Amino acid sequence: MKNKLFEKYFVFSPYFWLVLFFFIPLAIIFKISISVSEWGMPPYQNIFLFDNGFKINTTFENYLYIFSDYYYIGSFINSLILALISTFFCLLIGFPLAFYIATSNIRLRNILLVLVVIPFWSSFLLRVYAWKIILQNNGILNVILLNLGITSEPLQLLYNQYAVIMGIVYTYLPLMILPLYGYLNKFDLNLIEASKDLGLNRFKTFFKVILPLSIPGIIAGSLLVFIPVVGEFIIPEMLGGSDRLYYGKILWEEFFINRNWPGASALAFSGIIILVLPIVIFQILYSRWSQKNEI
Amino acid sequence: MKSSLIKSTVIFLGLFFLYFPILVLIFYSFNENKRVMVWKGFSLRWYNELINNEQIIEAFIISIKIAALSATFATILGVMIGYSLVRIRKIPFKSFYIFLSSTPLVLPELILGLSMLLFFISLNNVIGFPSSRGQLTIFISHVTFCIAFVAIIIQARLTDFNKNIEEAAMDLGYNYTKVLYQITLPIILPSIIAGWLLAFTISLDDLVVASFTTGPGANTLPIVVFSKVRLGLSPEVNALSAILMFALIIIGLFYFYFNKKFKH
Repeated sequence: MKNKLFEKYFVFSPYFWLVLFFFIPLAIIFKISISVSEWGMPPYQNIFLFDNGFKINTTFENYLYIFSDYYYIGSFINSLILALISTFFCLLIGFPLAFYIATSNIRLRNILLVLVVIPFWSSFLLRVYAWKIILQNNGILNVILLNLGITSEPLQLLYNQYAVIMGIVYTYLPLMILPLYGYLNKFDLNLIEASKDLGLNRFKTFFKVILPLSIPGIIAGSLLVFIPVVGEFIIPEMLGGSDRLYYGKILWEEFFINRNWPGASALAFSGIIILVLPIVIFQILYSRWSQKNEI
Repeated sequence: MKSSLIKSTVIFLGLFFLYFPILVLIFYSFNENKRVMVWKGFSLRWYNELINNEQIIEAFIISIKIAALSATFATILGVMIGYSLVRIRKIPFKSFYIFLSSTPLVLPELILGLSMLLFFISLNNVIGFPSSRGQLTIFISHVTFCIAFVAIIIQARLTDFNKNIEEAAMDLGYNYTKVLYQITLPIILPSIIAGWLLAFTISLDDLVVASFTTGPGANTLPIVVFSKVRLGLSPEVNALSAILMFALIIIGLFYFYFNKKFKH
């Protein structure tokens, strides 16, 4: 006997919360992004006007505005490039690590996995701050470089795009390693032996056997790094300089400094459409598909 | 022989990369000098200044309070979602339900923060509440984006879960509610605790969403820390880092202990 009331309670309590505090806020972003901006508080006009009969007062001006100005487009492209480079380095460092962890014996594997993820549990902000200390003009890295005689005077390592990439790769690395490990862990090690027995060298084994089989893990890890990095605000703010503007920064400034709420909303909503929507649709289709196959 | 050397080197370098910055931070927290980068001698001076810094202590208490409350709410709602998605077949607009419960995982925090702020402002215009932003609005926002993380842990656990136990209990005459409260929930309790710990840490660590939804009297710890280190270094923050890293790492270890997924 199923208790219908009870089921309803379980389904609808979180449903109610998420519609109210997640879906409606997203809808409000959309609403404000198509509102006409004006001076005042709030700095936009209502989208429904009732003074002389009912009138809908919307505009795509805000989208046209951000998509025609290179200041916005350029920053978004900067963010995409930043995310691409960071994802690449995360993969470059994360893949061998995940692979060797997954091929260790069980005891060591669990310890290593915990060791890799533990830094991820410690404060994000403070881990970024740590790089600020390391990359200072009189910081550890410069001291080492000076003592090794690689440079004769301290290098300006901080406040540029390279410092930003460094900080991102460092903080997001565990997000890349975990899904990679998840897939590599299921991987049958005998396949590597088999490919060696069949005469493939290491290089070929890697590109023909290991890499193709880890593609789902690579995709999952890359998405987990790529998407949040595009919207990253803290790391460029702490480690970056004025050499590059990024999406997160201009969104923040558009809202808090220019007080252009419709513009900021249009930026945010474009971000949702370009970055998040494709993934969410994919995820829903995938979960429906896997459920159907299970039944 | 050669390949095991490569393997050890890669693992060692990887772990070194992950832990070196944390060790540097802890090392400098013991520096006597006010100028963070110039080593003057070992001292606990900044730990002393830290515990006497009212602004930081107050922020710490606010953060813990918000984190504990939002983790609790997020866990209750997240368990409900995880349970619904795995055990309840008829969910109206299921795709929408999945959309709502998984999108916060991938949505950049900045967009989430902006949407929450604009929501609270609009709500205030319509019903006059919340008249100002503060701890309540941060709490609501944190619950909203922590739910998804709990849900995913519970969903994974229930998918592994052997349904026969539940069915056996039903055959023995337990009703639906009794099975849930006496069989299912106790069995998945470790995952529920793991979910709570994860939500607690995420809330405690959040800067971006809290910056958008904060108001008078609601400066959380990350907000205070960020204002101190945005433009420079702060020896007090070094001391705080060492303590916080230690505490969070312990929470992390508990998480692994409870989250059975990593045990096999």
